Amino acid sequence: MSEPEDLDTHLVERPEWSATETSEGTQELFKRSETDEAELGRQSGAVLRLPEGPVLDPSQIDFDRPDDETMIVNMGPQHPSTHGVLRLMLELDGEVVLRTKSVIGYLHTGMEKTGEQLTYVQGATNVTRMDYLSPLHAETSFALAVEALLGLDMPPRATWIRMLMGELNRMSSHLMWMATNGMDLGSTTMMIYGFREREMILSFFEKTTGLRMNTNYIRPGGVAADLPDGWEDDVAIICDTVLARTFEYDDLLTGQPLFRARTEGVGGLTAEEALALGVTGPILRSTGVPWDLRRSMPYLAYDEVDFDVVVGTYGDNFDRYSIRLNEIRESIKIVRQIVEKMPSGDYRIQDPKVTPPPRGRIDASMEALIHHFKMFTEGFKVPEGEVYSAIESPRGELGTYIVSDGTSKPFRLHVRAPSFVNLQVLPVLLRGGLLSDAVAVISSVDPVMGEVDR
Amino acid sequence: MTDVALGQVAGVPTQIGIGGIQVLFPEVSAYVGTIAALREAGFEMCVDLCAVDYLGHPGRTLPADVHAERFEVVVNLLSLSGRRRTRVRVQVPEAATSVPSLFDVYPGTEAMEREAFDLMGVRFDGHPDLSRILMPEEWEGHPLRKDYGSGRVPVQFKEAPGPR
Repeated sequence: MSEPEDLDTHLVERPEWSATETSEGTQELFKRSETDEAELGRQSGAVLRLPEGPVLDPSQIDFDRPDDETMIVNMGPQHPSTHGVLRLMLELDGEVVLRTKSVIGYLHTGMEKTGEQLTYVQGATNVTRMDYLSPLHAETSFALAVEALLGLDMPPRATWIRMLMGELNRMSSHLMWMATNGMDLGSTTMMIYGFREREMILSFFEKTTGLRMNTNYIRPGGVAADLPDGWEDDVAIICDTVLARTFEYDDLLTGQPLFRARTEGVGGLTAEEALALGVTGPILRSTGVPWDLRRSMPYLAYDEVDFDVVVGTYGDNFDRYSIRLNEIRESIKIVRQIVEKMPSGDYRIQDPKVTPPPRGRIDASMEALIHHFKMFTEGFKVPEGEVYSAIESPRGELGTYIVSDGTSKPFRLHVRAPSFVNLQVLPVLLRGGLLSDAVAVISSVDPVMGEVDR
Repeated sequence: MTDVALGQVAGVPTQIGIGGIQVLFPEVSAYVGTIAALREAGFEMCVDLCAVDYLGHPGRTLPADVHAERFEVVVNLLSLSGRRRTRVRVQVPEAATSVPSLFDVYPGTEAMEREAFDLMGVRFDGHPDLSRILMPEEWEGHPLRKDYGSGRVPVQFKEAPGPR
């Protein structure tokens, strides 16, 4: 490996004092006098420097504010409200947040590099561990990308099973968010409720896939197994129970004056800012942009089900809360239609190139045994090309970019993680708000650190 | 300069990719101009930016007048009004692995460019804070490069003090 002088990574000049380590690592947020103007604006939440957009008034940034008027504090990476190992550096004036810098990477395990070592058969086990709250969406995105490269069309039942599992997973992910968001705002009751409902869905996942999380269920070529007997009843019970309980959440949180006071008008975002920052998912919809890939650019069979795209108005914490709550109800609506319309037939494609032979034939046929062995040791070859496939995960656009060089392993696997991009709104949302609201704002962005750091 | 309906930019070689997506191949010098023109044409959002190291796979399919280089910066743009996507692939030579930053066109590329720099070692000129984002600050090399062997690096942090 010949690395040129490339090794010095600090292209930005770092002031000398910043090299001193804090107990949480190096100092990352510098004094105003030592920060580049563009970076200062970014940390202050000024995103719109586009000629036609509203430009942030430079006088608002206080370039020459004396350093002794403000205080730089560190929040995280070990903090109960950061939903994992997110570290924030905050500049405070009293209790008001002026600048924010998020420091990530504490959970980085090089999953994109690992993805290059695994065959396409094994790849789903890797991507499913990125967003651990919605593993089935990562698998779907990966499978759709590989199938696009192979030029395969899935049997209808496989597609509808993927939709069913995806919508149930969206419900469980949003329920988990309701739980942690309630916890961040001081409602331990909501936390217990959210986990209780989520557990029902995870039990169904366990019954179907064998695992509660990281299921490796949706694979290139279909799904791993057919739905279990009596799945319609299980799903109906989940839908009825969760729907009834969302109205209990209304009593517990939505109409509660304290909850509304903590969320309404806190962490506001405009549609222009959201678009400029590449924000997707419930955060983008909370600003009034009706963008949901299931509706706008349908994948799987989402054009055959009827549902509403929930849109907010003010882009504040309360909008993001109500969007997620109502998306649970919309998902229930979709799941009920899926139960009615579920086609019969194969749950994986009957293409010997990508589908292993059934268990019964392995005992009877030597060729089937060899085929099965080759499939799981060498994998299948995927034609050369590059493809980007995006789906709507509970957190936004989850994209998988795969470059194939014609072998059985991806040449490059890149995952466009919605949480990673969405984290960039934190300086905008936190600016001018109180430190105590920061906890609620971080929660309303719903970052999953496993996906941010990959 | 730009054909709004097709998302084509004059003078930039184009290819139709898998799924009928338009893929543009500008030179490094025309990179930001192309992206800005596409933004004018209605691609409001830059959804993804990543870099690819094509070491060991030089024979990929490119338009006739595009010279394959080792690195490629891939930008995926999305038009919400037109409900379409387009992709821009820039060839970045190994001798000068740097491209201009898109920070002024799409501020949301800030984190993605830092990630591409961190893991692939492509520099983005004009980026406000080009430093490592995922790897530790003192890390050597760029792990997603093809000549960076996996499993070769000794375990990090093994000399860290135990629980306090």
